[in-house]
Amino acid sequence: MDKRTNIKLLIDIFMTFFKIGSVTFGGGYAMIPIIEREVITNKGWVKNEEEIIDVFAVSESIPGAIAINSSTFVGYKIAGKYGAIAAMLGVVLPSFIIITLIAAFFSKFQDNEIVQAAFMGIRSAVVALILMAAIKVAKKAVKDKLSTIITLVTILLILILDIHAIFTVIGGALIGLIVYFAAPHKLEDIHEEGGNGN
Amino acid sequence: MIYIKLLLTFLKIGLFSFGGGYAMIPMIEKEIEGNGWLSASEFFDIVAIAEMTPGPIAVNSATFVGYKTAGFLGGLTATIGVVIPSLVLILIISRFFFKFQKHPLNTAVFYGVRPVIAGLIATAAIFVSETAIFKGKLTTNLILKLFRHPLDIINVGSIFIFAVSLIALRRTKLHPILVIALSGALGILIFYVL
Repeated sequence: MDKRTNIKLLIDIFMTFFKIGSVTFGGGYAMIPIIEREVITNKGWVKNEEEIIDVFAVSESIPGAIAINSSTFVGYKIAGKYGAIAAMLGVVLPSFIIITLIAAFFSKFQDNEIVQAAFMGIRSAVVALILMAAIKVAKKAVKDKLSTIITLVTILLILILDIHAIFTVIGGALIGLIVYFAAPHKLEDIHEEGGNGN
Repeated sequence: MIYIKLLLTFLKIGLFSFGGGYAMIPMIEKEIEGNGWLSASEFFDIVAIAEMTPGPIAVNSATFVGYKTAGFLGGLTATIGVVIPSLVLILIISRFFFKFQKHPLNTAVFYGVRPVIAGLIATAAIFVSETAIFKGKLTTNLILKLFRHPLDIINVGSIFIFAVSLIALRRTKLHPILVIALSGALGILIFYVL
């Protein structure tokens, strides 16, 4: 890649994430289908959907905002260090501009009835968006009895016992390692089924 | 100096909050109280505004608190503070991550982690639905009521918009951004005009 296409690519990454940051309501989880749509379908920057699922998994397991983590991470995947910075700046800037304007000029916009009505509608769509993200990830992740149980137990632990998300992630990783050492053939089967293929 | 204080405070929040923007809000509240930065009603505004504007909740609330505390530069320093930990961590992790992504041990870990992520995203959908579709937190009591008097706890307009969005996302190739815009328009029509 020569220097010129490199800068062009970085600008393209910045613009794409600027767009994602300006239109995604509901935070990081709602951003997942939109990032996928832009990065896989529209731009073709990432070929394999599973690679991006792992990126989201890491983004959710480390501290910080999920939206920023996943955008930065996807940016890195597309174009390395500078791609990461371009994507992060892109996703942060719209928020920064919009909130600065609101804080400076119309602090009470959230009390406006039309704004509230529009937002009631948007929140319902956000539920659908997040649900779609969950279904998509589940299609790739839930392949056998054990993984089905892991998903259901995660939901119950968080809904009923209010356990912090990080502990469920650590638990999942430990189960993966136990399977690796206790029944490695199980993972090979999944690998052969195309679990991690390109 | 207030800017350095804001920078360090939000650096700390960015570094120690797991679970994304929503999980950050209680931490932000604590810092605001400890430093006497905003009043309680102003804090309540932050949550509403952060949710009602696009973009990461974390950035929205950091920018708002920073601006209200110390103007434009305050907003800037708070925002820089909250994103720096993410940037540094991701730059360190991704260097190793893509190198070892195909390693069998990594495959094993993600065999266990991916279903957890599916579960986490599903619970995020349930949490948002508690404020969007259902009238309140989904306790056992409320779920029992769901079968006897569903209309008491389900917002009919919201569930209609939810269903339309879900069908649009699944059946048509409509871009999610368009679905968001449409749902906003439907919201105005159902909850304001009608």
